[in-house]
Amino acid sequence: MDKLLRKSFALCAVLMLLLLAACSGENAGSEGATGEQSGTLNAKIGVVSYLTGAGAAYGEAITQGLKLAQSEINEQGEVNIELVIEDSAGEAEQALSASQKLMSDDNILAIIGPTLSTEFFAVAPEADLNGITIMGTSTTAEGIPEIGDYVFRNAIPEALAIPTAMEKAVERTGAKKVAMIYGNDDVLTQSGFETMKKTAEDMGLEILTIETFQKGQSDYNAQLTKIKNTNPDLILASALYNEGAVIMDQARKMGIEVPFVGGNGFNSPQVIEIAGDAANGLIVATPWFGESEETKVVDFNKKYEAEYGELPDQFAAQAYDALYIYADALKRAGEADRELFHEALAATEDFEGLLGNFSFDEIGDVVMDVKVVEIKDGKFVEFE
Amino acid sequence: MLLEQLINGITLGSIYAIVALGFTLVFGVLGIINMAHGEIFMVGAFVGVMTTGVLGWPLWLAFAASIVVTSILGYLLERMTLRPLRGKKGVSHLAPLISTIGVSILLENLSHHIFGAGNKPFRTEFAEISIEIGQVTVYIVQIVIFAISIILMIGLSIWLSKTKAGKALRATAENLETASILGVDTKKIITLTVIIASAMGGIAGILVGMAFNSVSPQMGLAIGLKGLAIIILGGMGNVKGAMVGGLLLGLSETFLVAYGDSGYRDAIAFIMIILILLLRPQGIFGSKMAEGR
Repeated sequence: MDKLLRKSFALCAVLMLLLLAACSGENAGSEGATGEQSGTLNAKIGVVSYLTGAGAAYGEAITQGLKLAQSEINEQGEVNIELVIEDSAGEAEQALSASQKLMSDDNILAIIGPTLSTEFFAVAPEADLNGITIMGTSTTAEGIPEIGDYVFRNAIPEALAIPTAMEKAVERTGAKKVAMIYGNDDVLTQSGFETMKKTAEDMGLEILTIETFQKGQSDYNAQLTKIKNTNPDLILASALYNEGAVIMDQARKMGIEVPFVGGNGFNSPQVIEIAGDAANGLIVATPWFGESEETKVVDFNKKYEAEYGELPDQFAAQAYDALYIYADALKRAGEADRELFHEALAATEDFEGLLGNFSFDEIGDVVMDVKVVEIKDGKFVEFE
Repeated sequence: MLLEQLINGITLGSIYAIVALGFTLVFGVLGIINMAHGEIFMVGAFVGVMTTGVLGWPLWLAFAASIVVTSILGYLLERMTLRPLRGKKGVSHLAPLISTIGVSILLENLSHHIFGAGNKPFRTEFAEISIEIGQVTVYIVQIVIFAISIILMIGLSIWLSKTKAGKALRATAENLETASILGVDTKKIITLTVIIASAMGGIAGILVGMAFNSVSPQMGLAIGLKGLAIIILGGMGNVKGAMVGGLLLGLSETFLVAYGDSGYRDAIAFIMIILILLLRPQGIFGSKMAEGR
């Protein structure tokens, strides 16, 4: 009996340790929004983000951007936003259950997230059905705003960004033959690949080979050797930056010197951090240009670095803007009501955000300008 | 192209082999699969990143540091999660497996917490040195990886067959109780085994960091699954099997990408497992006798 007791106690202890380990990354965001002054508009925003697992870096950037915006917005005093952050672990099922939890809470005004387009496709129809506004900050795949009335995004769709980047890259390099590599286990990189392929066909480029890889892979030598032997003028890589940076590093080591054109997820200062000199020659179209001289961008960089010890990427910047767009809509709505908020958000026009002049079109997709940038001498510069 | 892909395959295969050696050693002695091995490998890689990148230590010292850290982890793993469960009545034989899964989750989340998510670069000048043979570029790292894996395999084989400690280890593997009656300090032998296996994981971690320049908290899981596939392929608890299985898997993955469809890369390991389980369930080098396990 005693032995049994002791054993079950030990088991409990182990289980609790596991729980502790699993939870440690979350929950940090729900504090700090309690001040209830009169005259301020209080609202709870649900956030579903990719906080644990292989892509946790993206969720981390997003929540950091959101928290920075939150503290600034709350300081201004007009509205007081509380963030309720849930982890999706990059899994569509977990994203769905996390957001169902948020939706069933009547105090939640609207939702931001989830991070991956894969997850978003699972969550958004449910939110639309429940009449809760949902906005993706990093969901650039095709068909996102078309899901429903209550579905928005402020992430630049790949269909807008990639052709712009490819056209400019081909214009300068005179490329005729391209090789392609993409992650085939993610909706975002897949949709990016399809856009690239279609654009390449439209532009009359010859596609030499199409290679794939999976999330979290670390050896790309086999694919790259194959690509190298086809001698392309340009490599189209639909990858998130974590994998993309390693791909570039291994490619350069192998002696592949041609430029890379990447999708949205490839655009991050982390690429330079991870790949170093090998990152030179990456061309991406982006709403977010971190090296910009504009005061709001410089200010944001400074504040973000002071707070988190690293430079923001587009995920952080888009999340930051998203919360400001929400706050703006909330102010115009006048009260924390789901229906009024939805109407106000849909009417967002010429919002001056960190990323520039922003509007929603009639289906809730992004209307804004994109810049094409490249990495040169270890820095993002505007592409000429 | 063929030669380059061959080198790629051998490099990858050698890394798989070193990881699988650690798996197979623990399995051979304890009869359990150490699910935390992949994460210990990951910690070894991070120690390499930290010591060379942040502290600026030379490479040999990074290797030493990584071996020390992973050995300590191996000791703690045995002392805290395996020994308390061993030889007790009523403890399921699956219990140690589950507790190593617990350790793997703990280590993954811990390093996520400490080092942050995402890839960390592994920068050493050594990784940049290459020689050109005709059209083919060979990196010294690739040769070193292959050499280390061969040395480890031969060293391990000799150690197991020739030295007293190695014989004691095999005796323990054969039958724990009999070995202990015959005067083998089985506790010490088991601890030693887990420590050696973990240290090899640490070495593999640094090698991967150098070869692929990508270290992340999640890398342990993927390589752990591959390691598992390899020991099933090569024969559970068999040193030569781990080596051959590792090289075989590395080469077939690479050639699948080179001459087939890269989308099926991760499937090959499991297709091979299915085939081997159907045709030769004991693995390529496994003995027919299941050694009572």
